[in-house]
Order: sequence, then C-alpha cells, then structure tokens
Amino acid sequence: MPTLTVDGVEVTVDPGTTVLQACEEAGAEIPRFCYHERLSIAGNCRMCLVEMEKAPKLIASCAMPAGDGMVIHTNTQKVKEGREGAMEFLLINHPLDCPICDQGGECDLQDQSMAYGSGNSRYHEMKRAVTEKNMGPLIKTTMTRCIHCTRCVRFATEVAGVEELGAINRGENMEIATYLEQALDSELSGNIIDLCPVGALTSKPYAFTARPWELSKTESIDVLDAVGANIRVDSRGKEVMRFLPRLNEDVNEEWLSDRSRFSYDGLKAQRLDTPYVRKDETLQPASWGEAFDAIAAKLEGVEGAKIGAIAGDLACAESMIALKDLMNLLESPNIDCRQDGAALTTESRSGYLFNTTIAGIDEADALLIVGSNPRHEAALINARIRKRWKAGNFPVALIGEQVDLTYSYDYLGAGPATLKEVAEGKHSFAETLKKAERPMIIVGQGALSRNDGAAVLALAKKIADDYGFASDDWNGFNVLHTAAARVAGLDLGFVSGEGGKSAREMLDGSLDVLFLLGADEINTSKLTNSFVIYQGSHGDAGASAADVILPGAAYTEKDATWVNTEGRVQLGRRAIFPPGDAREDWTILRALSEKLGKTLPYNTIRELREKMIEVAPHFADIDQVTSADWGAFGTDGAIDDAPFVNPITDYYLTNPISRSSRIMAECSATFSKVKGEGTGTNG
Amino acid sequence: MSQVIETGKAFEFTAENVEKAQKFIARYPEGRQQSAVMPLLDLAQRQNENWLSKEVLEYVGNYLNVPYMRVLEVATFYTMYNLKPVGKYFLQLCRTTPCWLRGSDDLEAVCKNKLGITNGETTEDGMFSLLEVECLGACVNAPVVQINDDFYEDLNAENFEVVLDKLAKGEVPPKGPQIDRTNSAPEGGPTTLLEKTEGA
Repeated sequence: MPTLTVDGVEVTVDPGTTVLQACEEAGAEIPRFCYHERLSIAGNCRMCLVEMEKAPKLIASCAMPAGDGMVIHTNTQKVKEGREGAMEFLLINHPLDCPICDQGGECDLQDQSMAYGSGNSRYHEMKRAVTEKNMGPLIKTTMTRCIHCTRCVRFATEVAGVEELGAINRGENMEIATYLEQALDSELSGNIIDLCPVGALTSKPYAFTARPWELSKTESIDVLDAVGANIRVDSRGKEVMRFLPRLNEDVNEEWLSDRSRFSYDGLKAQRLDTPYVRKDETLQPASWGEAFDAIAAKLEGVEGAKIGAIAGDLACAESMIALKDLMNLLESPNIDCRQDGAALTTESRSGYLFNTTIAGIDEADALLIVGSNPRHEAALINARIRKRWKAGNFPVALIGEQVDLTYSYDYLGAGPATLKEVAEGKHSFAETLKKAERPMIIVGQGALSRNDGAAVLALAKKIADDYGFASDDWNGFNVLHTAAARVAGLDLGFVSGEGGKSAREMLDGSLDVLFLLGADEINTSKLTNSFVIYQGSHGDAGASAADVILPGAAYTEKDATWVNTEGRVQLGRRAIFPPGDAREDWTILRALSEKLGKTLPYNTIRELREKMIEVAPHFADIDQVTSADWGAFGTDGAIDDAPFVNPITDYYLTNPISRSSRIMAECSATFSKVKGEGTGTNG
Repeated sequence: MSQVIETGKAFEFTAENVEKAQKFIARYPEGRQQSAVMPLLDLAQRQNENWLSKEVLEYVGNYLNVPYMRVLEVATFYTMYNLKPVGKYFLQLCRTTPCWLRGSDDLEAVCKNKLGITNGETTEDGMFSLLEVECLGACVNAPVVQINDDFYEDLNAENFEVVLDKLAKGEVPPKGPQIDRTNSAPEGGPTTLLEKTEGA
C-alpha cells in the first residue's frame, strides 16, 4: 500500500491507484477533461498536471501510478502556470461561442477555464473549423468545439460495446466521427452527451430548449424498463425538459439508456387530460362526476366474479394496492399484474426477482441467459454484464434468439429443449455451470410468457438447485423483468386469487366489467361485450378499447413507489403536475371507491403506504434490496418445442410514453427499421 | 463528407497474398492477430493499385475481425495509406528543410510545368501523382523523391526530368543517386583514406 504526501497531507492508497485519485482522497481538487473513473486512462488533455518532487517536469496525475514516498504538490505557482498553459492550448481551437452553445452553464471547459485559466489568449491566428458529423437522431454534433479528450470513443468502445466511434486523421486534423457517418447504434449512446466535457456532443432533441439554470431538478426513478435507473427530472414550469442519470453504484452507475433518457416528449403527447365516457359509440369528454356515475351505474348488481382488473407495465405500487383493495371490496378474485401472461407466481419471492442484484453481476463467474435479450430488455444490466465479461474469465451462454449482445457468448440453442439438456447435465455448458463458484442464470420474459412458462421456470429452478446457484451468500437465480410495475405487483399480491382469472382469461371477453390500470400491451379485440374502464396517462391501445377513461398521472407527475427487477424499493418524486383534469392514480381509485360506497380505508399517501408495508414489509426499506429466501416455485410439466421469442421487438417503442414520443419514433425509424430490413432478407 | 470512396468492386486477396497475410498474422501472439492490420493494409494497397477503397478497408477488417472504424483510424492516421486513387507512379516529394535547402522547390516546379500537377493531384493520363511529404530520412542525398517504393536521390531539375521521361516511356531508371555517386559516398569517389596505412 503506497503512502504518499499530497500538499502536506499523508494518504495511503490501494496499489494501482493513480496520483489523481490519491490527490482526491487527500482532498485536493484536480481539474481534468479526458480522465473518467469508469473509462480507461488516455492522458491526452494534460489538464491534471501536478508537481512531483524529484521529477524535472510536471506530471499528468491521471496516468501516473501512485508510488510509495511520492511528494505531490497541487497548488504551487508551477502547477498554476502549467494548468494555465494546458488551458491556453485547449482553447486555441475552441470557439468562443458559449452564448449559443447548449453546454453553456454546465460545461467543464467553461468552468475550468474560469477556475484555472489565465483569462486571456496570446493566439491570434485563425482557429480550425471542423464539419458537423452525423451521429443519428439523438446526438447533435458541433465538432469545432471538440477538444479530443476521446471520452466518447472510449465509452462507445468499452462500456457500450459498439466500435463505431473513433478518431480519424491525426495531429491538428484529428476528428471524432462514426464509421462513414452512420448513426451511433447503441442503446446507451445518450451517455456520451453527459461525458462530453464541452459542447461538441449535445442532445439533439433538447437543443436550444432550456438553460440549466432555469430548470427545476427533481430526483426520481425511471420506469420505462425494470432496472429502476436513478434519474434527475429537469423541468421548467409544467414541462419536463430532459432526464439525466443520477449516480447509484448499485443500479445504473452513472448511465441511462436512450429510451429512458429521450422519451420525455412522449409525456406531452397523446395525453389523457380529461375523463371520457363512451356515448353513441364514441368517446366523449366528460367530468369526473359523469365518469364515476357511468361506472357506478354499470357496476350496480354485477357480481364480483364478473369483474376483473389488469395492471399494466407502468402502474405504481400505490395505485396497484388501491385497485387490489377495491377489487377485494367488490368481492372479485380476478386481478392480474402479469399482462404478458408470464408464469410467475407469488409463492416464493426469490422466484421472480433478480436475486444476484445488479451490482452482484460483478462477482459472478458464469452466466446462462435464457429467453432474453438483456441489451433491449435492460440495457444497463447488459452494460454490467459486459463490464464483467471484459474483466475476463466469464463464460456466457445463451438459449433463445441469437442476437448481438455486445459481448461474445456460446450459443446453445433456441428453445426449452436445450434448457432441458442443460438441466439434465447432458450439455457441455452444464459442466461450466457446475464448476463455477458463483454461477448466474437470467430468465427473461420471453421464456416465461408462454404456455409452458411454468415448466420452463421449473427447469431453470432445477438448474439452480442442482448446480449450486443458491447458497448462504450467493443467489444466482435471476428473473429479468421488462416492466417497472411487475415486481411491485407480485410483491403486493396483485394476482388472481382462488378461482380468479388470469389476464389472458380476462381478455377473452367473459367479464362484464374490466378495469385496466395502464394496461396497453394486451389484445383488446375480444372485449366488445365487456365494459372497459381504462385508467392511465396516455391514449394508447387500452384507452381506445375503453368505455370510460380516467386520466391518470405519468411517472413524473406523482409521488410513487417502484420496485425494480432486483426487488429494490425506490421512491419516484413528482416533478410537475399532471395535465388538465388528470389526477394521481391512487387518489382516483380512492374517489371512485367512495362513489361506489366501498370507501378505501386511507385518506393520505402516508396511510396508503402504511397499508403497503403491512402487506409487504420490505416496502419500508427504501433503496434497499431485501434478499428473498430460496423457496419453491415453478411447476414441472411438458415443454413445448417452439423457440423462445424475445418480448421486445422494437427497443424504442415498448410503452405508451415512448410510443407517443416523436424522438423515439425517429430512433425506431433510424435503427430498428434498418435492422428489420437486414434480417428480413435472411429469410 | 466521407473520406472513404466506394467503388462497388469487391476485393479479395490473391492466393499469393493470402499466404503472405497468414505470415504477417503469425508474427503476433495468439489472440493479438488484430495487430496485423498495418501490414495487411499495406499488402492490400499493393494489390489494389496503390490505394484503399471502402471495400478494401472492410475486407481487411473482416479478415482480422477488427471493427471497420478501427481500420479506418489506422488508414487515416498514416499518410502511407492512400484513400483515393493515385497514378501509376506515386511521387512523394520531400519538402522538409534539408531537401528544401537543396532545391526541392525546383522539383516541384518540374512537376507543375512538365506534368501539370501540384500537391495532391494526378495527371490526366493517370500516370503520375504528386504528394508533398515530410522528411523521408535521406537528407544526405537531398533533395529526394520517393517514386512508389524507390528513392531517387540527389535530384535537380534536369535529372528529375530525365527520370520522369524514362518512367513515362515505361522504362525503370536506376534508383538511388542520380549523380556520380555511390549511395551516400562522396561525389566523384572517395576523398579520404586513399592511402594504405602501414601494417594494415
């Protein structure tokens, strides 16, 4: 453990630490552009210069390993002049266009030039100009501003795993570009906007819409996949202007996937901002009173068994418990939160969680993916897997659709038959799993949302049991969810009770009244005889099939609890108010229950959350993963030969908010269609 | 604006070059075969009329399993790789100080007057291309022009014209110094150590 002195402060650091990190540990601030904790070291901006005793020149602290007995100074005149010099060089070709630059106000170059620059330039020659590069619909480029830190290139290569971005030419002619100016095809591409320390790469959809200092910042949770990435909602007035990731080492590190980052314009489009009631075959705007009257009149005299409720992918825990309680009061056993028909049950919590936890992937030493494309279903988890894979000694195998996961894997087969072979030890990969000390299996919704889903789950459980996936300090069994609502729904028991119908059975038209809580990814064609009540935020499939629409709040418009695929309970916070007459979802259900004479026993969100904790005590542990005991789940049964089909066909259009987003539509046209054509010709 | 030119013509190594390529690849340790990108680009360039088209770049990328962008980075970094078609004779005229002092401007004037081309241009008949380059490392024989793989040294306007005339006729003038001199030995023969020392 090297011990070194930084500005008179002695620090002891782990071997392999750089001088820059040691300085930070000692409390000294080191300016930097190219250095980034999560990327490889480049050492090309020269901004992190510090003085090391016995060294003839200043050293680049980011690239110098800390050594025992080093004496470092970070605040001498020599260092000050060195930084001023580096800054002057960086600014030689950087345009002074801060007033028209979107990075203005949150620009590393601007800030550090104020803090460490000399304040004037001795350069009188012409600055170089670089043509704009096309990087697709999300990233706007102003390459004249680029200072060639190569953070974006390193991110794309190392974290995102797409080697399309690079530096062409050399010296003064060096330029950052994608190969042949193609759009950067990655689900994580938006992160290079955050990484860019200058205004060279900025957000195309956000361009010229707001300045950072006029935005209200609300810390919240992303719900467009089941990762539960921590986000910051930047809003102005009643508009969400953008989403940014928030640091959470256990979940998203500091990344955010493109769908979660850029779907924000979907929050302003296709909104249900007033109740609707179907009259004369068309949906017509109505008041809350009229909508509730219509529901009360319809429910009059209908027996509980003829009423049902389905919770969709974006339903918050609060609204689900309220709806569940209401259905109980109406004596209906027909409730289901698994609108995709996944064969997950509530009998054992470990049977539907990502038990390893996302951070736990770092410790795994073998992985089997079954019926899932984590790149599309949970892009940030895929980035974690890639990070682990890059560290080496990490055999990965896949059963399901053969897709590009950004890391190499053994392709074992397409369907459950292969899974059975592995489970019975007949497959060579079974040996690898047996030998591994911390093996993992990831079961996707593509493997579970089938008629034989329960049998597939049982096979996965058998693999986990037989090959030692679950021990005292390790649980390698993982279900990867695609919906932010699913785990909370299962935790709260939003599943059909005794004699109750599943979502699939409810959708066959046999019910008199069906309540859809934001359920849109369903087949509504057989619901012509059912009276459909849709509560949600966007006019999508569910709303068009509805007889009464109750306008709810989107995730940025309510305080709500979300449970991610790991079982981590996180609180989303309200950034803006719902549009028009839309209301927070649990309050709608509370008001409706009163109208129906079955008043729900809570008046405030606090009382509601107390009820939630009563049902599932881990809801009290915010931001924590409560590990689940290894129990029995899955049902042995016959398996089908049909190959697994991944649930997501278009990464950019998985939920009503993204489907309403023009940005996502453009991305889908740019990326998904091209891919579709490519595979279409392959038969 | 892309620097890469697509020809629509597929590229493939000849059997002979495949053998060479395998030798290049074998020079690198197991798992590091991608390092052979530079010799392979050179090999491909020689086979493809001394330049690299999009098809060639991608062929090399596929051959070594290197992403196309990484190949392009290498190809644009080094000036020795030509990304657009060049003439049959690729003249690389050294403009660095020693050659300049010894009259590289005169050679440039010859190209302009005789061939009608300036830096970066190719003659209409596709015979000659001119590229000004930095030091070729033959300062002792300045000024120097590299024509394809060979150095033509100790040039002046007259003997450079002779070289160009011969090339135009399809002859191959002898490479090296174009004046009475062996390699970088003194002009007109040795000037020192002419007598044998005693005992030697």
